[in-house]
Amino acid sequence: MSRTHVNCSVNGDAVDFLASDDTSLLDALRDELGLTGAKEGCGTGDCGACSILVDGQLNCACLMFAPEAEGTDILTVEGIANGDQLHPLQQAFLEGAALQCGVCTPGFLVAAKVLLDNNPAPTETEIRYALAGNLCRCTGYDKIIRSVQEAAVQIGAST
Amino acid sequence: MTATENPPKKYKYVGTRPIRHDGLDKVIGKARFAADLNLPGQLRAVIVRSPHAHARIVSIDTSAAEAMPGVKSVVTGADFPELDINHATFDESVNVMARDEVLYHGHAVAAVAATTIGEARAAAAAVVVEYDVIDPVMEIEDALADGAIIANTKNRTLFMGSDDESNLASFAPFSRGDVDEGFGSADVVVEGHFTTRFVHQGYIEPHGCVADVGQDGKASVWGSSQGHFAMRSKSADILGWSTDRIKVTPAEIGGGFGGKTTIYLEPVAILLSQKAARPVKLIMSREEVLRATGPAPAAEITCKLGATNDGELTTMQATMKYSNGSAKGYAAMLGAMSTASYKFPNLSIETFGTINNIPRSAAYRAPSAPQAAFAVESLVDEIAKAIDMDPIDLRVKNAVVEGDLTAMGAPHPKIGFIETMNAIKDSEHYNSPVPEGAGRGFGTGFWFNIGEQSSATVNLNEDGTATVITGSPDIGGSRASMALMAAETLGLDPMRITPIVADTESVGFTDITEGSRATFATGMAVTNACLELVAEMKSRAAVLRGVEVDAVEWVDGAAIVDGHDPLTIPEITAQAKMTGGPLTSTASLNAAGAGPSFAAHLADVRVDEETGQVEILRYTAAQDAGTAIHPSYVEGQMQGGSVQGIGWALNEEYVYSDDGVLENASFLDYRMPVASDLPMIETIIVEVPNPSHPYGVRGVGETGIVPPLNTIANAVSDATGVRMRNLPMSPPTVLKAINDAKG
Amino acid sequence: MKYAAPTTVDEAIGLLAGDADAQVFAGATDLIPQIRSGRPKPFTLVDLKKIDRLVGASESGGTWTVGAATPTSTLTGNASFAGAFPGLSEASGLIGSDQIQNRSSWGGNLCNASPAADSVPALFACGARAVVAGSGGERTVPVDEIVTGPGQTSLANGEFIVEFEVDTPPANTADAYLRLIPRTEMDIAVVGAAVRVTMDGDTCTDASVVIGAVAPTVLRVPDAEAALVGSTLDDATLEAVAAAASAACNPIDDKRGTIEYRTQVAGVLAKRSAKIAAERANS
Repeated sequence: MSRTHVNCSVNGDAVDFLASDDTSLLDALRDELGLTGAKEGCGTGDCGACSILVDGQLNCACLMFAPEAEGTDILTVEGIANGDQLHPLQQAFLEGAALQCGVCTPGFLVAAKVLLDNNPAPTETEIRYALAGNLCRCTGYDKIIRSVQEAAVQIGAST
Repeated sequence: MTATENPPKKYKYVGTRPIRHDGLDKVIGKARFAADLNLPGQLRAVIVRSPHAHARIVSIDTSAAEAMPGVKSVVTGADFPELDINHATFDESVNVMARDEVLYHGHAVAAVAATTIGEARAAAAAVVVEYDVIDPVMEIEDALADGAIIANTKNRTLFMGSDDESNLASFAPFSRGDVDEGFGSADVVVEGHFTTRFVHQGYIEPHGCVADVGQDGKASVWGSSQGHFAMRSKSADILGWSTDRIKVTPAEIGGGFGGKTTIYLEPVAILLSQKAARPVKLIMSREEVLRATGPAPAAEITCKLGATNDGELTTMQATMKYSNGSAKGYAAMLGAMSTASYKFPNLSIETFGTINNIPRSAAYRAPSAPQAAFAVESLVDEIAKAIDMDPIDLRVKNAVVEGDLTAMGAPHPKIGFIETMNAIKDSEHYNSPVPEGAGRGFGTGFWFNIGEQSSATVNLNEDGTATVITGSPDIGGSRASMALMAAETLGLDPMRITPIVADTESVGFTDITEGSRATFATGMAVTNACLELVAEMKSRAAVLRGVEVDAVEWVDGAAIVDGHDPLTIPEITAQAKMTGGPLTSTASLNAAGAGPSFAAHLADVRVDEETGQVEILRYTAAQDAGTAIHPSYVEGQMQGGSVQGIGWALNEEYVYSDDGVLENASFLDYRMPVASDLPMIETIIVEVPNPSHPYGVRGVGETGIVPPLNTIANAVSDATGVRMRNLPMSPPTVLKAINDAKG
Repeated sequence: MKYAAPTTVDEAIGLLAGDADAQVFAGATDLIPQIRSGRPKPFTLVDLKKIDRLVGASESGGTWTVGAATPTSTLTGNASFAGAFPGLSEASGLIGSDQIQNRSSWGGNLCNASPAADSVPALFACGARAVVAGSGGERTVPVDEIVTGPGQTSLANGEFIVEFEVDTPPANTADAYLRLIPRTEMDIAVVGAAVRVTMDGDTCTDASVVIGAVAPTVLRVPDAEAALVGSTLDDATLEAVAAAASAACNPIDDKRGTIEYRTQVAGVLAKRSAKIAAERANS
């Protein structure tokens, strides 16, 4: 089977990989680039565990063909922290016990980051709807929502 | 909040909320789940699944598949040994791979390993299976009907003193007193028929594993499991191997809720790897998870309660029928046991389990209790309304306390049921008015919890840090609780402790993380190991100070000898070589005295009476944790259980076609709650310490899912004036109930 | 499969003309799950998002032109579009999560030809037109002529939708869309209803009523429109709208809802949408 050579930027690094044309971007990130932070929970865009940013837009990596990534700028959970300095959302998730099993956490962090980038002071309802594309079965969402609220406060205080 | 925050805590570390030790890796994307692991030369495998819900397998031809590009190995049921029908692992062995009969749509019939996933999928499609299709047996009543088709010809009714083929999976009666007399003398009698459908545990991580069988014939397996020792022993049984040929390393587990207490993939991956002499990775898709794993049993429950006008619950009679899916089990009995919240001097429950052509049911958080409590708590609510008594007062008046009998007839140990209900009664939520146009529901539930076997090793390192090694897979934060109990016992800061879950060759045998037992039983093993270390450090301190050991006190992480400076843990460990060698301790136990955990929930809901849609406005959960070791994760268990129960109450259900095909095998149409469906889940931790645990722990994992079904049903019934007896209370169900009540 | 990303309409037409087994896509939010659940894989995947004309929304001379592959989040985030077409904007914004919103498009939502597509009743109600391109050139057709049945469209082999045209509504005109889903997000509509009305004071002078997920295709309800025109949307009128919408239904029982339920709720949503649209038209 022929494979396409794809060039893109992932978490600030110029990368390239070969992918079959029907490979999802999620599989390419995980299997070709070794970035296993984004998870496959459903493969049909219904759980958000594979959430990534593509050119700043929130996407399910499982719902993109790998060749679509050509020329794009991708951010995954592995790129959210600034070196060993955690993003305020990561710190808030840790302190707020917003994760139990942790398999949905990467997707929630990416979705919450783009929410706060675009809306620094969201209401609880706005947070709940912005994260409605991310399923969590462990927490009942409560501590996730509170941690996003806390991160928004922390980001607001530092800027 | 914690209801018993006063008096002040008696512990230094237990009850604090440090950052969990495994947290950092999980927020930076570094935590390794089974699907994240890749080995050099690894093959990818795909399972071939039955397109029929019920069939005899006439033949399987894998020759075309074996000739496909990239294919390295193929297995079918013929590659596995036949276990005796009475072997404890028999049902799992045929569930892992069908032999002569297919028991549900999606049942595994063959598997293929190839160099790429695409090649494996193509080859799987080329496996030719000839089936002799049989009508599936889908409903509980169909299974019990006279002359019913036998859903699983390997089921035997030995519990009825017969070895006939049967769709009956279990039968057990429970009784005390005289129910006829009880109903005869009751002022109020209420009864109803309650139904719940199959639901799935819904963990976000699909099942997955990597297996690598070496030249020595030994298998290394990395898997997602609630019990890697059980994964080892069950795999050994199914393969006919000795246990020492299999080493299982637990990967991070992406949710289990009971559904990962059994196994599906590992023996298949091991055989494929052995045949191909290459590592094999086998990961389920979401569709496979929904079609072939779980679910929790559907139930049909008829229940009748009698009470006096002054609110004494005198009599309970019930028939509880649960479907175990395709294999035998004890679902219905567990359901009956879970109704013993009230004294009921007269009680009679008959339980029936059935076999249906639906996947073999798996444990789901307080298995079978939510369905039974839905029936009983709904009727208790009806009695409260009928005699115009506060629903909490009615329950408190009749609640079991220490010494009262369970449904099986054994006395309850010390429990906190009344304390839990009173916490709701005192809550701001209960004392605020019901919002305009809304309804309010109160309900309860409990789970017995279990002890079982655990092992722990605690190593004190040279610099006085510690490693706590257990065999309990961490499905909700148990590593943090192990570290806190070790910290408290040793007097060592929990952040100087590294808690790990070790593979099957690096720690003593440990039973599955189930029955809310990890913090209770494994925590007890950790505590015992730490107590031994404290004793050992005191004797080392005695050597260093030149005194008798009974002159040494252990206070806040240091050995105290009169007239000397305290000897801290780092000072003792640094000199271990001179005082007798490394400081390490191992404890193993079969824990007794797991304390039941009771919960009481309160919900306000609004119902759109033109569409049947239910909105949850406010939700409060109170639960007895015994002692909350890490309160954040106790709250997390309460909140997570509540929301799973809310999903079960409102929208989750398996929808089958007439020919037994699951029609909603996706997260699009298997509708688990999303963030925007919910309010905050307010929590009240009640602490009635369990006298059987050194820190008073009661398992908290399961109880939270029991009350929501009945609490929401009571709330929706209050809002609409129509009693809801069928789950899920999805918009069509609720609207139909409203329409039917209007006539 | 082979992936191709043409950058012009002509290039896309060329790719499709020589390949009967090619499949155009924009967000692939329906296509990828369909392939995963066993739909035959197309040989060539033609990604339309790299064609400038297919992405973007602008207004000129009283008509909005919206590229067929424009992410619906672009539309809901465009204040002047959302102001002109509040119902169409809401409907577009209901297609899936934020993740899906950055990929879903009118072209895909329409051509997937599901009777439950959220944007389609609202597009009907607003009188949208589709510009269709193919080897025979371009043609402009009313949106309600595109879908012919579940999974079926009137597009010929090799044809695809380039863009949509929607006229800016006249004065005192507004639309609304409501759908029923069991959860608050992420579900496919069990029933949907779009209504557009033009008001002269308290009196309705023009109306479109369109319901979704209750028949093999999205349905216009002329009886409900007739009940609205000339009325003040009093209770009797709204009940007549509900009755007409329910009467028009020809739904199926499936995993998402029953015939009885869909029929009753179609009426409820039609009357509620009408009320919202009228309030908007007068504000």
